[in-house]
Amino acid sequence: MAGPHPNGPKPAQITAGRIGLYAFLVVAALFFLLPLYTMVVTSLKSMDEIRLGQIFALPATLDFSAWVTAWSGACMGTVCVGIRSGFWNSVAITLPAVALSVFIGAVNGYALSLWRPRGANLLFGLLMAGGLIPYQIFLYPMVRVMANVELYNSLAGIILVHVIFGLPLVTLLFRNYFVSVPEELCKAARVDGAGFWRIFFEIMLPIAVPMVVVVSMLQFTGIWNDFLLGLVFAGRDNLPMTVQLNNIVNTTMGERTYNVNMAATILTAVVPLAIYFLSGRWFVRGIAAGAVKG
Amino acid sequence: MPIKRKPNLSATIALLPTWFVAVVVFIGTMGWSIRLSFTNSTLFPSSTYVGFAQYSKLFSSAKWLASLQNVLIFGVLYVAGCLLLGFLLAAALDRKIRFESAFRTIFLYPYAMSFVVTGLIWQWMLNPTLGIQASVGSLGWESFVLDWVVNRDMAIYALVLAGVWQGAGLVMVIALAGMRGIEAEQWKAARIDGIPVWRIYVSIVLPQLGPALAAAGMLLAMGVIKTYDIVVAMTNGGPGNATEVPAKFIMDNLFGRQNLGLATAGATVLVLGVIIAVAPFRYAMHMRDRAKGPA
Repeated sequence: MAGPHPNGPKPAQITAGRIGLYAFLVVAALFFLLPLYTMVVTSLKSMDEIRLGQIFALPATLDFSAWVTAWSGACMGTVCVGIRSGFWNSVAITLPAVALSVFIGAVNGYALSLWRPRGANLLFGLLMAGGLIPYQIFLYPMVRVMANVELYNSLAGIILVHVIFGLPLVTLLFRNYFVSVPEELCKAARVDGAGFWRIFFEIMLPIAVPMVVVVSMLQFTGIWNDFLLGLVFAGRDNLPMTVQLNNIVNTTMGERTYNVNMAATILTAVVPLAIYFLSGRWFVRGIAAGAVKG
Repeated sequence: MPIKRKPNLSATIALLPTWFVAVVVFIGTMGWSIRLSFTNSTLFPSSTYVGFAQYSKLFSSAKWLASLQNVLIFGVLYVAGCLLLGFLLAAALDRKIRFESAFRTIFLYPYAMSFVVTGLIWQWMLNPTLGIQASVGSLGWESFVLDWVVNRDMAIYALVLAGVWQGAGLVMVIALAGMRGIEAEQWKAARIDGIPVWRIYVSIVLPQLGPALAAAGMLLAMGVIKTYDIVVAMTNGGPGNATEVPAKFIMDNLFGRQNLGLATAGATVLVLGVIIAVAPFRYAMHMRDRAKGPA
């Protein structure tokens, strides 16, 4: 995103303004880091230590037992198998949903921008409208239809739902990307006798690799972080991690085990966070692309 | 002038699944839901037409009215908070700061996390018996109170706090990218004229960031109408109706209370709300594009 050219004057000598500026940034950084710090230290404490009510204190001893419990023993209602199954459910939902939606979105963007078949503008308008409208209006009829075709409460069903609801954004991003590809490229290939699919696979998809990466990341974090659709469509056996996390935290009987809850929370957040930290600029570019052009 | 093409069969076929989604899934299910909102459906759909009865029931429900008020307060403060904090952070980072990328990383990471995670983290931080309040109290400041999540009057602001924590980084990224796109000449000219830095940001930088910030604001506002996860994770609508929101009201009536007619009426109202909110923007953009002429 941002280029290497900050604006403003050369860093001056230390002035009151500079000190104020750094003070603001440091205070802001503390505000943003505090919850993460709290989660990590609390997950390493025993419940006795937590009851002291010192959430910012470092743990007396490093105790990873809460992590083990969160992963493989925490209870959701009466079932105590930890968040492990949710993790694998999220993987099983997210990977195919991302692959499918990115592929269909790329084809859509390519067809809409470089071929413009009849009704292309209408279709694009309908998709964008669909993307703006709150999910709640689609849910009940979709549940009924999915039940009729026996996809409700199934892995294939929740994957399909994610692909459907991902289409507007994914199509938009690819369309905007392909619009900037020179039309001559497509025309020349057609003159040479290449058809729709050959041009797509041999010319356009390779050109669009940067966008594929960006969109995949956006879709991955979006689908991994979903709660509502997983809750409604996945069914008991396929609940994603976010839903299981909420069940662990908000249905526990008796005293809340904050250390286990926080360990479970970190485990749920760790995959999108890893994507954010490892992909750096790509993640930022993806957000900027999705936001500014949306 | 777009070049005339002969219609291509492959392109049309490739778009068929998307046509199916747009027409059958988006329009079809929406029509079905709207039709249900005019019936007396409860657990199962019914075809008995009752006119606007569900709507009048909806708007005489204290819970629904509270949810509308809550989402309005949350939405305005959340979007404004994210825009303000995000812009300030971007302006600060734009001042040739050491460790800029470290700061940027810290400000944006919450955006990668889900609303469920965000809600749970802040629920614990704001828990009066074990969270920040207890910690500060044990330092000797016994009268310190930070019990927002359990306080009727403050719970909605707890949601705002968590939301701004999650979303301000998005605005920062967009604003910073915009600031780096502003030409150095403008800065030089303004500096020569002796205009103070803060005035440059307010009078020269901010107007140029307008479209980007408006896009970011729109994106955040779209999220507001869908607000559900963070409420479920943080307060579950309580205490009382203090953090009830329309999306949650609809979900509860749809799947918990088996009140289909009322839930679909609520969903229809939400859709109308989105159309009313978005239409002026779309119209303005349409007119702007027309003024520019065909691209």
